[in-house]
Amino acid sequence: MHGTEVPKGADERLYEVTELTRVEGEGSLRLRVRDGKVVEASLGIFETPRYFEQIVVGRTPDEVIDIVARICGICPIAYQMSAVHAFEDLFGVAIDPAVRALRRLLYCGEWIESHALHIYLLHAPDFLGYESAIAMAADHRETVEKALRMKKAGNHLIGILGGRSVHPVSVRVGGFSRVPRRRELEAHRPALAESLELAKETVRLTASLPMPAFAREPRVVSLRHPDEYPYNDGRIVSSDGLDLRPSDWGEAFEESHVERSNALHARAKDGKGVYLVGPAARVVLAADQLHPVARELLAETGMAELIRTNIYASIVARAVELVHALAEAIDIIDAYRPPAEPMVAWTSRPGVGAWATEAPRGLLFHRYEVDERGRVAAAQIVPPTSQNQAAIERDLVVAAPNVIDLPQAEATVRLEQMIRSYDPCISCATHFLDLRIEEED
Amino acid sequence: MQHGQVGAHPRVGVVKFASCDGCQLTILNLEDELLSVVEHFDIIDFPEATSARSAGPYDVLFVEGSVSEPAHLERIVELRKRCRTLVTIGACATAGGIQALRNWGDHDAFRASVYAHPEYIHTLAKSTPIADHVQVDAELRGCPIDPGQLVELLTALVTGRRPQLIDEAVCMECKRRGVVCVMVGKGIPCLGQVTQTGCGAICPRFGRGCYGCFGPREQANAAGLARYFEAVGDRTTEDVGRLFAGFTAYSEPFRSMVSDLGGTRWARGEGAVEAAPAGGGDARN
Repeated sequence: MHGTEVPKGADERLYEVTELTRVEGEGSLRLRVRDGKVVEASLGIFETPRYFEQIVVGRTPDEVIDIVARICGICPIAYQMSAVHAFEDLFGVAIDPAVRALRRLLYCGEWIESHALHIYLLHAPDFLGYESAIAMAADHRETVEKALRMKKAGNHLIGILGGRSVHPVSVRVGGFSRVPRRRELEAHRPALAESLELAKETVRLTASLPMPAFAREPRVVSLRHPDEYPYNDGRIVSSDGLDLRPSDWGEAFEESHVERSNALHARAKDGKGVYLVGPAARVVLAADQLHPVARELLAETGMAELIRTNIYASIVARAVELVHALAEAIDIIDAYRPPAEPMVAWTSRPGVGAWATEAPRGLLFHRYEVDERGRVAAAQIVPPTSQNQAAIERDLVVAAPNVIDLPQAEATVRLEQMIRSYDPCISCATHFLDLRIEEED
Repeated sequence: MQHGQVGAHPRVGVVKFASCDGCQLTILNLEDELLSVVEHFDIIDFPEATSARSAGPYDVLFVEGSVSEPAHLERIVELRKRCRTLVTIGACATAGGIQALRNWGDHDAFRASVYAHPEYIHTLAKSTPIADHVQVDAELRGCPIDPGQLVELLTALVTGRRPQLIDEAVCMECKRRGVVCVMVGKGIPCLGQVTQTGCGAICPRFGRGCYGCFGPREQANAAGLARYFEAVGDRTTEDVGRLFAGFTAYSEPFRSMVSDLGGTRWARGEGAVEAAPAGGGDARN
């Protein structure tokens, strides 16, 4: 939405943050309201494109798994997971059930570290009036220490499974390059059990935070699985009846380039408007599959409906998922028996492999064309933030009437807080500027 | 240059260029040390972690990411003027990062043919390390950096001594840890002998070959290793080039290997036809 010159005598207000803080990557926010009417609402993405979809061309599937992790330092596992499933689906690889469980466990680790980071280090300072968690620690040291313990529990879990928490190395087509022994995982159980208790406190804490007024009817999209909370598997569903195989994202959605942004917006082809992915969307569409411990806590907050309609309440959804990830991690460890082999043999075949998994920030879709030599010939990567970008801009418009009577500085902070509610991952969203089409001629 | 007051905590900034944020995240991942770290440093600018902003001057500036767009050229020169000690963190800042694989392309042709509106192009022809543009006082390598090395550097900064960063090949780390050599034991190609350690030999410990994310050692004989890979395995020249075409590909001598052997879609070697790879066990490379 772009306005023109300000007419004489009009009351125009500009709320602008030229460099968003406490988000991953480089973005900006701009909201212009003229005579009470929104004339511009934009989330700008000015992070430098790194051309990942081009870099992976000519590379083997296992190399691609290593490369796409580097799209995001906070959610590298999400990228590895969508990629590995896309290739395995194309090649017809049947992984060992124990490997499947370990992949869920790895994803649990990423959700734990990412959600704990976002709730406490990036988002809670907004609700409590601090510039950072470091400043918050001066008054609430114990709370920040607990947050760091939970974050560490997630990162350590990733380290056991993949060698390090940022860009772990073990995920391979067919399984893992190495799987842990039972006792390695059992040794970490007490830390996870302690963190589970801290996560329960987190749900109650986030539910007690003052929620700014905000209401809209969202269209939400996530994976949904009949037997489990969605991570690696399920069908793409929406609040208005979509139901697709995880490889078929492109049947219902497409990307378009928006001029002011270094990212592509994703949009639904049916013209029914913007949609939301992420923790709030998952809680709306799959609350019945939450771990019982998490489900009970969600019920205790009585905030399921608020999570659906008020984006600020997504911090509560994130806390509920933190409980889920910790509880499920413990269950997986308790049931763990190492697979006979860490990896099953596979053979490349040409064609298109595509898959969607649930990154901490929402649905992450990958699509790869593989050639006769077993190399990637073309790639498409659609991260959650590029799917949420249109919803973020719509929500800026929704939020405008609630902030225009506030002092300028306070209004701007409130809008930033709203943007952070999406946990935008701008490095993720920026690898675009699709070079594919023009290069073909 | 004089900054800060005697006895005051060092004023620290953390900034990014083209990167994934994983190295600055490693600072926040020092869960056991973070609250002590902030007692010894005055973090005045760290947009990923705090809304409090400052344009310096900094006693220590941590720089993540590579120089990758025209605005970066001016920005890094300006930041260099405003800091006393500049520390680059991670493979993007120290080697150009994975995005430096585009450096082998003919960027002018690339740009002209690719974009309908070249006026919107914000990227430079090459993604380059920070040290190509300004003086760098210390570097932490890796994709991502190692938390242990980060703590050592922070401790050295507080106490005013030189950081003790190990200068050895990954192979030494494997020997110390008793890791069976993946190349000898399983025939998996590994860059360990030409790569700087610091990671703790993660990849060999996890049953795979080192992919060079801490960058080449000084005077590493990459060409010799490449000849060995080509001689002993069922590999094409380009297969060998791809081993070097990773997160520190733009650092010599890895850079020459990619230029000579191929490995990215843009470098020499593209187009070689061979059998599709199969995987599982030790068959992959």
